[in-house]
Formats: sequence, C-alpha cells, structure tokens
Amino acid sequence: MARKSTIGVRSVTDALGIERASRDRPSEGLARFLGWFSLGLGAAALGARSRVSRLSGIDDSRTAQTVLRIAGVRELGHAAALLVPRRAGWGAWTRVAGDAMDLAACGRALQRRRGERRRRLTYTTLAVAGITAVDLYTAVRVARRRRADGNEVHAAVTVNRNIEDVYRFWHDFENLPRFMYHLRSVRMTGDRRSRWIARAPAGKSVEWDAEIVDDRPNALISWRSVAGARVPNSGTVRFMRAAGGRGTEVRVQISYRAPGGMLGAKVAKLFGEDPQQQVCDDLRRFKQVIETGEIVRSDASPNGSSVQQQANQRPARPVAMRGAEW
Amino acid sequence: MLANCWIAPNSLAVEDVPDPQIRNPRDAILRITSSAICGSDLHLLDGFIPAMRKGDILGHEFMGEIVELGQGVRDGLSVGDRVVVGFPIACGDCISCQRGLYSVCENSNPNAAIAETAMGHSPAGIFGYSHLLGGYAGGQAQYVRVPFADVGALKIEDDLPDEKVLFLSDVLPTGYMAAEMCDIERGDIIAIWGAGPVGQFAAASAFLLGAERVIVIDRYPYRLRMVRENTGAETINYEESDVLDALREMTAGRGPDGCIDAVGMEGHHASAALHAYDRAKQAAKVETDRPHALREAVLACRNGGTISAVGAYGGFIDKFPMGSFMNRSLTMRSGQAHVQRYMRPLLERIRKGEIDPSFIITHTMRLDDTPHGYDIFKNKQEECVKVVLKP
Repeated sequence: MARKSTIGVRSVTDALGIERASRDRPSEGLARFLGWFSLGLGAAALGARSRVSRLSGIDDSRTAQTVLRIAGVRELGHAAALLVPRRAGWGAWTRVAGDAMDLAACGRALQRRRGERRRRLTYTTLAVAGITAVDLYTAVRVARRRRADGNEVHAAVTVNRNIEDVYRFWHDFENLPRFMYHLRSVRMTGDRRSRWIARAPAGKSVEWDAEIVDDRPNALISWRSVAGARVPNSGTVRFMRAAGGRGTEVRVQISYRAPGGMLGAKVAKLFGEDPQQQVCDDLRRFKQVIETGEIVRSDASPNGSSVQQQANQRPARPVAMRGAEW
Repeated sequence: MLANCWIAPNSLAVEDVPDPQIRNPRDAILRITSSAICGSDLHLLDGFIPAMRKGDILGHEFMGEIVELGQGVRDGLSVGDRVVVGFPIACGDCISCQRGLYSVCENSNPNAAIAETAMGHSPAGIFGYSHLLGGYAGGQAQYVRVPFADVGALKIEDDLPDEKVLFLSDVLPTGYMAAEMCDIERGDIIAIWGAGPVGQFAAASAFLLGAERVIVIDRYPYRLRMVRENTGAETINYEESDVLDALREMTAGRGPDGCIDAVGMEGHHASAALHAYDRAKQAAKVETDRPHALREAVLACRNGGTISAVGAYGGFIDKFPMGSFMNRSLTMRSGQAHVQRYMRPLLERIRKGEIDPSFIITHTMRLDDTPHGYDIFKNKQEECVKVVLKP
C-alpha cells in the first residue's frame, strides 16, 4: 500500500506494517527505458550501418562510418551501464557524456555538408539534442534521489501497546540499545541530555552527546547530537493511535550528515551496510521487546531478527554456548 | 543428545548434537518422551520447502517433561511438569495471538524478512520447519528448547498415556480446525481429500461437529479401510473411480457442502499424464506445489459451499479453477492450525472419551530408527499411517 506518510515521504508499507521509503520510480523507469533505447541504437548503428548513415546524411564519408561504428559500440556500453545494476546509478551520466561527443561530431559534420544531406544531418542533430535533454534530466534526478537516500532513513511499525506505554518506553533512551544493535549504551546525563556510545568497525566505539529538542508527551520525541559530534545525527519518533485503536503506530526518521571521504565511509559502516534495513530490523526488535519482553531467538538466528544474519544462517540445532556469546 | 537431522533432500541422519539451553526468559527445556513424524515433514524430506540447511533438527509434534525453566515464564508451569507443545511458536502478546490466530504470531519468526519476501507477510515460527519459518531446532530429539513456553506448552495433569495426548501438538487440532472451518450445519456432507492422520481426524471431527455424512478420498486401500472402521466415513479410491463422478453420484448431484484439502503440495493424480505435467513443472520450479486435490475440491463443492485447505502448501500453484470458484459463490478458508486455541477443548474431549486419537498410530520405534520411519511413511510401506518415536 503506497501512501503519503505523515512526514511527507512517499512510502510503502510492507509486512508487519513496516514502512519503507519507496524508490523514486519515475526516474528508475526512465533510466531503464534509456537503457533499452541505447541497446536499440547500438544494435541499429552496428547492424544496419549503411541505412543509418544514409538516414542521418553521413553516407558520403569513410571517417563518418568509423565514427558511427564507435558510437554503436559505445551505445552498447551505455545499455550495460543502465540495465545491469539493480538500481540506476551513474549510468545516465555515461549517456550524457556520449551525447556531448555526438553533438560535437554532428557540429563538425554539418560544416562540410550541403543540400539533402545537410537537411538530414540537421534533423539528426536536433534529435540528439532532444535526447541529451532527457538524459541530463534523468541523470540529475537519479543523483538527487541517491543523495537523499544516504542521509535519511525512515520506517514504521504497529505495536500492540497503548500510546502511553510506547511513549514512556521510548522516552527512556537507556532502553534504546535493547533493540538498536548498533548502540552499545545510552546514558541519561541530564534532563534532556544523554551520552550515546555506538559500535564502530574493528571493535572500536564512537561516542557523542545528544539532546532532546522536542518532546510532546504521547505524540513525538525529537533529538539531535550536540555540536562536536563526529557523526552529526538526529532522529524523530512519532506515535499515533492505530486505526481502530489496535495498538500504536511508531514512525521513526533518522538523519545523519555524512561529510564524505574517510568519515563518510565510517558512517556508512556505523549504520550497517544498509541503514534502511537496519532501522527496519530495529523496529522489528522493538516490537518484540515491547510486546513480549524479549528478543526472539532461534538456533539459526541466535541474535534475533537481523537481515545480515539471515543471509548467513547456522543450522537449526543447539550450539554449545561459549561465554556470553548469546 | 541424539537428534534426527536433515542432511540433504531424501537424506536424514540421527546425530549426536549439543543439548539445548535456556536462551530467553520465557523458554523451557523439555526432556522428550514421545515425538512423531508428520506428513508435512515429508515435504522437508523431499526438498520442497525452501531454506533448509544441512544439520537442521526436524520434528514439530512432541511432548515431554520440563527439566528447566527460564526466569520469565509467566504462569503455572514448573520443572517436572508433563506437557504437550503446539507446533506453531506464538508469543501470546501480539494482536494476532490475542485474536486466537497463533500460527500467524507476529513476533515468533526471527527470520520474518525472508518469509516476507516469499509470502508478503510472515507467519509464525515453527519447530524444525526450515529457516523460512524461523530456523528453530525441532523435537525429533531427546531434548528441545521451547520458546514462549507459557503459551505453547499445555500441562497434562492426569495419567492419560502419551499416545492419547501427543497429537494435540499438531494433527488432531489441524484435522479439527479443518472441519470447523467448514462451518458445519446439522445434515451437511463433508468430503475430505487425503486419508492420512489429518484427513482421518478431520473426518472424526466433522462427525463431532454435526456432519451427517463424511466421504474420504485416497488411493491406499489400507488407509481407506482404517478411516471407514475408525470414523464411519464413506470412501472413494481415486485410482478406481473418477472422484467428481463418484461424488456427484453419492450426493445425487448436490455436491459436498464442505470440501477439505488434507493433501497439500505433493498431491497425486489418478491420470499419470496429468500427474507428470505438474510433477515436471515442480521439478523445473515453475510451479512449487502440485494442487491436484485443491483443484478437484473446488470443482466438487456444491454451489455456495466452503473449501477448507489445511494440507501444507509452500509457494505457488497454477491452473486454479478460479472461474468455478468465483461463479459458484464458493468460500475458501485455510491456515496452519492455531493449535493453542484448540489444545484445551480437545484435551477435554479426549478426557471425556469423545475421541481417542491413538487409533492412527501404526508404528512405534526408537529415535535411532527415525530415518527408517520416514522411509516407510513416505513410501506407504507396512501400512504405515503414523510413526511415534521414543527417545
């Protein structure tokens, strides 16, 4: 079910009511279309070279034939860049670069032609310019969406508890590490201040102070790291009565500023490979903890719900316990 | 401890594995006194349920004695209690559990994200039933860990033998729920595909719930004889007669009021060609389940009747007769049994002597012989219907 969520992000609710920010489908679709378009152009330029060169008015030059052949091979490259990756990335930019080359070639060719050939070449140039506009639009839109993805994650879950209990549980930030696995501990240091310690790669920790910036009982809690945090971050959790009074909807939005470079890479690791997935796992465990009092564990998933662990399951049989492994 | 482990499709081994330990506050550890092989275990053996791993312990029908309890177990259980455990693992606290839909508990599958990819939403975790449904060790073993023991384990306080109460764990509630979902009214005719333990219990339950006639369909004469003798049902052998013709004839054209599919994903068809068609598609993985019984049940059912599907399906079927289903106002209900909802009332019926589920046991063997038990059960040798294992 897709709908406009309360915090203005186009979102998709999946199983368990866990909600995910949806992919920007129009730009994905456009990128796929351009991929198939490149494949068609490449095939035509290579397979029906004489006809293509006659249509575009360049059938009088041997150099133009070579340029056309190179362009055909290049189009196949664009097709691969656009169609092979699961999500559209830099593929559209390769098309923009190719368009620039084509426009330059057309410009040069126009200087030397007259009559019918010049007319055909003009149409070709106009067509290439139009395609360039579409390519540029797609590339920019895909890039903008990717940037937004990196900075903000958003998820929601419905829990079978009344809004007061859910608000009270979340309001005590010291409860958060029970279900947010990337946190080692959170300690309240003042009325609105808290000290957070998170796991970092290679057994290290990252620490920062956070403060509550907005607190509306049974409705919303908003916090952010105070100045000086190595990974500036902020979060908001909203609580709403579920339809029919069937529990409480909990919607979480977490933003973090990735300054790029080395630190950017660390941030990515800090939040796991897929921050979105991590927040979904957190909320699944939150539901378990607040409803049942425990994180559900099986022999194959001893640490409870975690998509990373699901990819690498142990057999469903007891393991000899080693220390505090569980 | 010893445990029956899945190694690969059609390969099992009884292995020595570590004993289970308490992992969570509401856990119990059971010393198993009896367990059983379920028809749905054969889907695991045959490799039709995805996400199995070498070394997984099987078994979701078991009972035993509590030897250890977590700190947080909420009510009435103590060490030394004799209990029977329902096969779906259920927390008791989510909205599904509180509505009695225990087999779709929202919390008990730690691998819910895999199940969501395959099914949209995740059902409950199940003991010994693939990593898709949680990756829990099963009970064909000497010991087992029971999560949420305060919801899943039913204390047996009197001296009823294991054989009479063991099947409260799965097949008796499953058969009962199959009949209940038909909303039986006095005078109804109920047809049941499959004369295995679930089909036989569904037949017995349909009579308990007021059906006037019950017709059971299978191809093994010994099973049909058994269900006739134990429940009073009529039978059709689908290798001898055309099922749709026979049902039309037996009900004088009306068709059964309720049709129960107690077969599931590995159905057979009397026509070798039709069976080969679905079997080939299943092997090529363009269809995961062979729905012969379900298709036939839809076509057989009277206008406005109910299909109750309790045989296990794992994925996708095709050639579902949707036109017949829609145009004739049929209803379909289904589900893994919400065992915890039925255990107490069915125990009461057993106590009163209204039903004695031990009639389906044909074999009792030692845990060491489990692979042999699967073998004769799967290949329908020695007139096998139900194997009980004694650790």
